[in-house]
Amino acid sequence: MGGTFSKLFSGMIWGKKDIRILILGLDNAGKTTLLYRLKIGEVVTTIPTIGFNVESVKYGNLNFDVWDLGGQTSIRPYWRSYFANTAAVIFVIDSTDIERLEIAADELKSMLNEDELKDAALLVFANKQDQPGAQGAGEISEALGLGELRDRNWTIVACSVIDGKGITEGMDWLS
Amino acid sequence: MAQPLVKKDDDRDDEAEYSPFLGIEKGAVLQEARVFNDPQLDARRCSQVITKLLYLLNQGETFTKVEATEVFFAVTKLFQSRDIGLRRMVYLMIKELSPSADEVIIVTSSLMKDMNSKTDMYRANAIRVLCRITDGTLLTQIERYLKQAIVDKNPVVASAALVSGIHLLQTNPEIVKRWSNEVQEAVQSRAALVQFHALGLLHQIRQNDRLAVSKLVTSLTRGTVRSPLAQCLLIRYTTQVIRESGINTQTGDRPFYDFLESCLRHKAEMVIFEAARAITELNGVTSRELTPAITVLQLFLSSSKPVLRFAAVRTLNKVAMTHPMAVTNCNIDMESLISDQNRSIATLAITTLLKTGNESSVDRLMKQITNFMSDIADEFKIVVVEAIRSLCLKFPLKYRSLMNFLSNILREEGGFEYKKAIVDSIVILIRDIPDAKESGLLHLCEFIEDCEFTYLSTQILHFLGIEGPKTADPSKYIRYIYNRVHLENATVRAAAVSTLAKFGAMVDSLKPRIFVLLRRCVYDSDDEVRDRATLYLNTLGGDGAVVETDKDVKEFLFGSLDIPLGNLETSLKHYEPSEERFDINSVPKEVKSQPLAEKKASGKKPSGLGAPPSGPVSTVDAYEKLLSSISEFSDFGKLFKSSAPVELTEAETEYAVNAVKHIFDRHVVFQYNCTNTIPEQLLENVTVIVDASEAEEFSEALTKPLRSLPYDSPGQTFVAFEKPDGVPAVGKFSNMLRFIVKEVDTSTGEAEDDGVEDEYQLEDLDVVAADYMMKVGVSNFRNAWESIGEDFERVDEYGLGPRESLTEAVSAVISLLGMQPCEGTEVVPNNSRSHTCLLSGLFIGNVKVLVRLQFGIDGPKEVAMKLIVRSEDESVSDMIHEIVASG
Repeated sequence: MGGTFSKLFSGMIWGKKDIRILILGLDNAGKTTLLYRLKIGEVVTTIPTIGFNVESVKYGNLNFDVWDLGGQTSIRPYWRSYFANTAAVIFVIDSTDIERLEIAADELKSMLNEDELKDAALLVFANKQDQPGAQGAGEISEALGLGELRDRNWTIVACSVIDGKGITEGMDWLS
Repeated sequence: MAQPLVKKDDDRDDEAEYSPFLGIEKGAVLQEARVFNDPQLDARRCSQVITKLLYLLNQGETFTKVEATEVFFAVTKLFQSRDIGLRRMVYLMIKELSPSADEVIIVTSSLMKDMNSKTDMYRANAIRVLCRITDGTLLTQIERYLKQAIVDKNPVVASAALVSGIHLLQTNPEIVKRWSNEVQEAVQSRAALVQFHALGLLHQIRQNDRLAVSKLVTSLTRGTVRSPLAQCLLIRYTTQVIRESGINTQTGDRPFYDFLESCLRHKAEMVIFEAARAITELNGVTSRELTPAITVLQLFLSSSKPVLRFAAVRTLNKVAMTHPMAVTNCNIDMESLISDQNRSIATLAITTLLKTGNESSVDRLMKQITNFMSDIADEFKIVVVEAIRSLCLKFPLKYRSLMNFLSNILREEGGFEYKKAIVDSIVILIRDIPDAKESGLLHLCEFIEDCEFTYLSTQILHFLGIEGPKTADPSKYIRYIYNRVHLENATVRAAAVSTLAKFGAMVDSLKPRIFVLLRRCVYDSDDEVRDRATLYLNTLGGDGAVVETDKDVKEFLFGSLDIPLGNLETSLKHYEPSEERFDINSVPKEVKSQPLAEKKASGKKPSGLGAPPSGPVSTVDAYEKLLSSISEFSDFGKLFKSSAPVELTEAETEYAVNAVKHIFDRHVVFQYNCTNTIPEQLLENVTVIVDASEAEEFSEALTKPLRSLPYDSPGQTFVAFEKPDGVPAVGKFSNMLRFIVKEVDTSTGEAEDDGVEDEYQLEDLDVVAADYMMKVGVSNFRNAWESIGEDFERVDEYGLGPRESLTEAVSAVISLLGMQPCEGTEVVPNNSRSHTCLLSGLFIGNVKVLVRLQFGIDGPKEVAMKLIVRSEDESVSDMIHEIVASG
C-alpha cells in the first residue's frame, strides 16, 4: 500500500529544503516518544509535554523539522499557531484508548478544516499495537472517518513506537 | 579644555542621528516579524527583528493582545534554530512580552529542556525566563533543578538561579525559603557575582528575623566575602544592624564600627566609598568616628574618575550640613572641583564650600561662582542660591557682595522656582541684615519692573509696603509701585494699591501725593482694584487733610488676620444674611488640632441602642454651644478654651469616663463624659465628687448631675469651680464617680425600682498652665516677633537632662506649653545637633505670647534649651518661664 502512494508522491516532492512536519494527537498518544525515536532511534522516557518539542530529523536524504505539540486540553487550542507552512501532519492515536477515539476524531476533523493545512498530507499512526486490546488500523480509520476525506493525501499505518514496527513504513510514505 | 568636550558631544549627536532604530514603526516591525515563520530561518535577520521589537517595547510602545499573541507564537517557532545568539534573543523577547499565563505554557517544555541543557548560556537564561513565567504548581516541579542550579559550577547559571530566587521570594516565599542551604553554600562561592546575589537573597530570606540578620552579619564580617559588590551589600546590612542595636553604653563603642573602618582600607574603591558613606550616615556619629571616612573621601576628590569625585563630593556635601567643621580639611580639594567639567560635581562642590567656607574665602568663592552660574540648570542654581542665603546669614558683613550676586542673577533668565528662590533669599536677607535693606529693596523694585510672575510681583509689593515706609527715603519707591498700576494685570494692580495705601498710612509727608494716586485708581477697570482704592481713601481720610493716621487704621492695614482662615470660612458659611452684621470676633481662634486624639475619644463607643449620640463633641464651637445651653453656666462669660479629652479610666473598664477642661475667665468647668458599658445596669443621679484640696485657689461652685445613664449611651455631668479672675491657677483634682445603680433585666430592658448607691474611683485630673494657653498660629513669626517688641522679653537657659533625641525634647516642651508651633519648626531634621522652634499662643486674658526655643544636644544626649519669651504682659512672660521651670 505504501509503495503505490510513494509513487504518486514522487511527482510533487517538496524539493531540497527543510520540511516542516507536525506531530499531533491527544495526550499520552506517544508523540514525544515518536519524535525521539525518529531523532535518535531510541525509546526515551518522557513526561507530559507542556508546550512543544522541536527537532530536526534526517530521514534518508531529507531534512524534517519535526514539531511535537503537547496533546493536553490546555495546549490543543494553540496547535493552530503552528499550522503555517506545514507540509504534513502526523496524527498519533493511542489504539488502546477506545473511549477517547471520538475526541481524537473531533480534533482531527477541526484541524483538517483549517485553511493553512489544506495542502498538508496526513499520516495517521495507530500506535501502541504492542499492547493488548489495541484496535487495528481499519477500525481506527473507520472511527476517525478517514474514508470520508476528500482532496487529501492521507494514509493510516498501524505501528508501535516502542518496538518500532510500522514506523519506517509510515515515514517512507511521507518521503 | 572646552574644545574636546564640545567635540565629544557632537560625536554623540551624530551617532544618535544614524541610530538604526530611530523612527521605526510598530506596524512595519510587526510585518517584518513574519520572517519568524519562514521554514528556512535566517538567524541574523531574526535577531535584528527581535532587537527592534524590544526597542519598541522599551520605548513604551504597547502591543495589543492580538499583536502580542501573534508575536509570541511566532517567536516560539525560533526554538527550532540552534543559533545560540538567536536563542538568547528569544529568551529576552519572551520575558519582555510576558504573555498571558495560559498562552505562555506553550514554551514551558522547551524551557525545561534548555534548563537542563549542556550549554551554560541556555541553562542560565532558561532559568530566568522560566521563573518569570512560572506559577506555584510548576515551581514545585522545577524546584529540584533550581536548587541544583544555585550551586552550579558555572557562575552565570548560579547567578541566574539566585536572582530568580530573589524575584520568586515575592510570590512564593515558602518555596524559596527551603533553598537556604544551597544559598548559604553559594555565599561562599569564589565567583564575585554569585556571592553578591547569594548574599542578597540570603538577607531577603531572613530580613524579617532581626536576630538572624545580626548573626549573618556577625559571621560574614569575619572575612569570607571576596566580592566587592557583596562586601558593599554587607556594609549596608551592617549599618542596618548598627542602627537597630544602638551604642554599647558601657564602652561607648559602636558595634561593627571596626569592621566599617577596616573596609576603608579595602582595595576596591566601591567598598571604600560604601564604608565611608555608611560611617558618615551613622546615627549621632562622633568626629572621631568621622575622621578616617573624611580622609578617604578627600582622596577621592582628586580621583581621575568622575564617578568617584561625584560620590565623594555628594557625601561630603551631606556631612557638611551636620558637621561642617569635619569637612573644612577638604576645602582646597573642593575648590579645584568648581571648574570640574561635570556640572553636578561642580555644583555640589560649590554648595559644600558655601557651607564650610569662612569669612575670608567668601569673595573669592563668589567670583568663581559667577562664572559658573551661566552654564548650570535651574535646579542647580536654586541649590546655589539657598547655600548663598545661609552663608550670608552666617557672615552678615559680607552682605554686599552676596546681595550683588543675587541681584545680578535675578536679572538673568530663569524659571519661576529659581526666581522665587532668589526673591525669598533677598527678602530674608533684608529682614535679617538691617544694612542690606536699602539696596535689597531697590533690587526688588527693579525686578518687578520687568517681572513675568504675578505671584512674585504681589509678594514683593506686599513686602515693600511693610519695609518701604520705614526707610530713610520712602518716596523713591512710589514710582516703582505706581508703575504697576499702569502696566500690570489686575491682581498685581490691586496689590500695588494696597502698598500705596500703606505708604500713605505710615509716611505723613507722602499722604497728599498718595491720595492723588489712589484717586486715579478709583477709575480702574477691575472691581477689586477700585474697591481697594475706595476703601483706602476712606480709611485714610482722603478728604485731603493732612492728619495723623489713626492707630486702628494702621492695625487694619498692617495687622495680620489673627484667625485661622479655615475657621473664618466655616463661620462665613454658617452666617445667614440678616439685620445682624457678621462679627469677626465671633470666629473661634483656636487652631483645630489633635483631630486624631479627639476622633479616638469620640469614636470609642458608638451608641448602639438608638439613643441620641450626645458624646464628646470635637470642635470648640460645639463645646461652646453645649455649655451655653446649660443655664447654670450662662453667666460665666465667653469660653476661652477647651482641652482635649483626658481619659480618667483604663480602657475596657465597667464605666468609661473622660474629662474635658473648659476654661473661662473666672471659672473652670470640668465636663465628665461617662459611658456605662454594663448592659445589666442603669445608673442614675450620676455625679463626680471632686476633691480640690490640692488645688487651693479653686472653690467648687456648682455640680450638674446626670439624671440617668443607660447602657452604651454616653452622657455628661459637669462640675464648675470658681477661681481668681484671669489668674492661671493650677492644681490637682481627685475624682470619684458616685451614682445609684439599678439592675436591668436585659430581656425586657426594664430596670428595677430600687437602686443601690455606689462609687467608682477615677484617676486624678490636673489643671496645668498649658490649659490657659490657646494655640493660635501667626502667619509670619518674624513679623509678629518684631511687632510685639522686646519690652517684656524674658530669656533663660534650661538643662533638660538626657533625652532620647532632640525631637522628643522639642515635642515635650511644646506639649508642656500647649502652644502652636509655627512655620513647621516642630519638625527636627534628622541627625541635627541643634534646633530652633517657634511657638505662638494666646494666654488667658487675650495676651499674645511668642516663644523662641533654641535646643542643643551634646554627645551623651544631654539636651540644653534657651527659652526666649516675648509677650504683651510682663507677668505672662515670667509665667511661661515658671511653667518650664516647674515642668
